[in-house]
Amino acid sequence: MIKAKNLSKRFGYTIAVNKASFEVKKGEVVGFLGPNGAGKTTTMRILTCYLQPDSGTAEIAGYNIHENPLEVRQKIGYLPENAPLYADMMVTEYLDFIGEVRGMPQSKRKKAINRMIEVTNLQSVIRRPIGELSKGFRQRVGIAQAMLHDPEILIMDEPTSGLDPTQIIEIRELIKELGKEKTVILSTHILPEVSAACNRVLIINDGEIVASGSPEELTQRAQGKGIITLTIRGSKDEVERGLKEFPRVEDVEWLAEEVSDSSISEGEIRNTEWGTPNSEFGTPKSETLHRFRIRTQQGQDLSEELFRFVVEKGWSLSELYKEQVSLEDIFLQLTTKDSLNG
Amino acid sequence: MNTTYAIFKREFKGYFSSPIAYIYLTSFIVLINWLYLRGFFLINQANLRSLFSILPWIFLLFIPAVTMRLWAEERKLRTLEILMTLPVKDVEVVLGKFFASYAFLALSILLTFPLPLTLALLGNPDGGQIIGGYLGALLIGGAYLAIGLFASSLTENQIIAFIIGILLSFILFIVGEQLVLFALPSFMVPFFEYLGLGSHFDSIGRGVIDTRDLIYYLSVIGFFLYLNIRSIEMKR
Repeated sequence: MIKAKNLSKRFGYTIAVNKASFEVKKGEVVGFLGPNGAGKTTTMRILTCYLQPDSGTAEIAGYNIHENPLEVRQKIGYLPENAPLYADMMVTEYLDFIGEVRGMPQSKRKKAINRMIEVTNLQSVIRRPIGELSKGFRQRVGIAQAMLHDPEILIMDEPTSGLDPTQIIEIRELIKELGKEKTVILSTHILPEVSAACNRVLIINDGEIVASGSPEELTQRAQGKGIITLTIRGSKDEVERGLKEFPRVEDVEWLAEEVSDSSISEGEIRNTEWGTPNSEFGTPKSETLHRFRIRTQQGQDLSEELFRFVVEKGWSLSELYKEQVSLEDIFLQLTTKDSLNG
Repeated sequence: MNTTYAIFKREFKGYFSSPIAYIYLTSFIVLINWLYLRGFFLINQANLRSLFSILPWIFLLFIPAVTMRLWAEERKLRTLEILMTLPVKDVEVVLGKFFASYAFLALSILLTFPLPLTLALLGNPDGGQIIGGYLGALLIGGAYLAIGLFASSLTENQIIAFIIGILLSFILFIVGEQLVLFALPSFMVPFFEYLGLGSHFDSIGRGVIDTRDLIYYLSVIGFFLYLNIRSIEMKR
């Protein structure tokens, strides 16, 4: 449906988009994810034929952005960031204007407007000037405007920015609904949004596409899986040796020593203390807690085995958790230069 | 064509969606009537010559105010992004906006109509001269509009658009004035005289409708609308 090849665009000395190539298939909901100024908006503006790329080309629903910009625009519904609408017009008046400019005949226009008002729940505000509406309503008018001609492709630039949590959920639901029939591209710098709404993510940084895949794929691909952190009360050497000898453990790293000399501070460290045979005699005071990080072979999940092992050994386990690699970590890994090196 | 009409309608209505249009029309009419009627009974002639001689100067201030909003505001509020991603050609949008401002100008000129009516009651004015004067006003006004619209496309600040509009119109107006022509080497005089907005206005105002003057105004309008299309294309 959308094929972009080597799109580049620079403004003065800054390169906004650098050789971006990607494809979006029919029916996909794709999220452009990236920090502010990464080139998401510029890419969208190129796809909608608002900007001309310096080099590269894109094909949208079979039409080239250089040769058939009007046909491309006809195929696309576009909602720019912050829904810039004519504030002095009333909602229906505005939608009618958009329909008229899009060349829809009057009867068709009326039907389309009524349908969009229903889909986006605008019934209560149709006779009000857009400038008086709340941000959530304005955003919905923006979506109605973009969807009016029933386009195959919907492009939305930060559709939920500046909305309150309830409105964000509403808009996301709406996008999900629309995504069932349409090809949707949306941009965001909010990570949960991507997992909530998109079935594919393009991570953009400094004008380049640095990763692409479904949110799950990206999470899996990232390193850091199969890392377990344990905090154990006992002798450091003994515990470390024991863990190293445990099957399928690749590496044990001693992280820190936590001194706790009373049961109160134990409670502060972690509210669950796993009972061990020793606990019958009371927890020995002034014992040290040691925190270890274990990397398992092939990223296997050994947490339960390790728990049992620790209990068998009679150590007191104060904390055990699997390190979760979230989309956030991947995003930060890919978009912060420091973490790329370290 | 439909696109141009849709944009024309929106822009024309847009003038009246805020009090600006009414303030503008009122001050224009009050000023025109005051300046004209101030000397009317002293001169004691049933013609509009004095009106048409000051009109280009009044337009110089009033017309850039009509056009300054048209592009600058769209740029500032980013509504241009929606407009220019609709399936429209740049030229259709430019024409829609131009004709909307033209219609507004025509309305303000129409509101001076009580003046010739009064003349007809009091004396026996030369109809040809008055019609010529109004036609000239429409033509020179159109040229100012095209210049002002172009100025508006250059910036997102309406005040800057207003001042650039005045400046460009002013320059094009005075290059044909006697004072400037005196300072020029003689071989350049006919060229600059033809280039100036004012001299053509004077001849039409006398009731002489010459195709050369018509062509002149239409080409000035066409030239600045063309520049406008280019600047919209380039400055996104």
